[in-house]
Amino acid sequence: MHEYPVTKQIIETASKYAKENHAGKVRRINLVVGDYCGYVASSIELYFDIIAQGSPCEGAVLNISRVKPELKCDACGEFFVREPFSFKCPFCGGEGGPTEKGREFYIKSIEV
Amino acid sequence: MYEPKEIEIMESVYDKNEEKARQINASLTASGVYAVNMMGAPGVGKTSCLIKLIRALGDTACSVIEGDIESDIDTQKLLSLGVNTVQINTGGACHLDSPVIGEAVEGLCLKSGVLFIENIGNLVCPAEFEIGEHAKMLISAVTEGSDKPYKYPLAFEKADIILLNKCDLLAYTDFDEDFFLKGVRALNKIAPVVKVSCKTGEGFDEAVLWIKEKIKA
Repeated sequence: MHEYPVTKQIIETASKYAKENHAGKVRRINLVVGDYCGYVASSIELYFDIIAQGSPCEGAVLNISRVKPELKCDACGEFFVREPFSFKCPFCGGEGGPTEKGREFYIKSIEV
Repeated sequence: MYEPKEIEIMESVYDKNEEKARQINASLTASGVYAVNMMGAPGVGKTSCLIKLIRALGDTACSVIEGDIESDIDTQKLLSLGVNTVQINTGGACHLDSPVIGEAVEGLCLKSGVLFIENIGNLVCPAEFEIGEHAKMLISAVTEGSDKPYKYPLAFEKADIILLNKCDLLAYTDFDEDFFLKGVRALNKIAPVVKVSCKTGEGFDEAVLWIKEKIKA
């Protein structure tokens, strides 16, 4: 639901950088979206074409790289993807804690 | 001829909201106001806890920003108790963000004390947005079930204090306290978990003591 304003912001940022670089048109936006960042990649794609109309981003390809969330084991230090209803480390059986992996949500670059 | 050129941006999409949150936080701190972001699913008793906390805080000046998708039921309740309250209706948005809080804070003209911001009833999105608060208080309830930390990890990870409400109902539910605490501790090593009941008043002294310690710090 909150993907709408965020998609708008992505388009504004991309358009701003395109303008600063004297480019008329954005061809591609490279976006990095972690699965735990709170935004649904498919919803951003859904809104993108509608909001981009009339902006330098109209017709641009939205290239989303998704990142899987990983925990880090408190005991052995390994990173792992957690199983549902568990924080157990598959390597040593210890408990894993949250990491920043999977929280990414940034515009990596644009191609003009 | 089309010659592609890549421009590096590396800009977090959260930046704008977080920058505004930092401004709000600095302005509240300068006024001597301690802001608590109250998060939790619909029906866990956020407003009821709020009322208990305000009463237990006694002489400390308390104000409230009430966030709801629709209605001012909670605001009317708080105003009738003499609590300085403003309502935000998001009209569908699932969380509060810094721009709306910025406007509400200006409207309140706060001088000191505690500002409680009751977020939209939702165990997901509010945890993702900074709104200028000093602390995040998560309200969970035994009636929600003990699997919530496993299903909604971010809210539990981000919380500075967790109130487990409706503890008077523990004997009537299948709530597994050990399983709940194990999940909380995997995500969050430091937030105190305080068992409370708005029905019996249990636990609120401890929660208020925590807030008072934080204000002093």
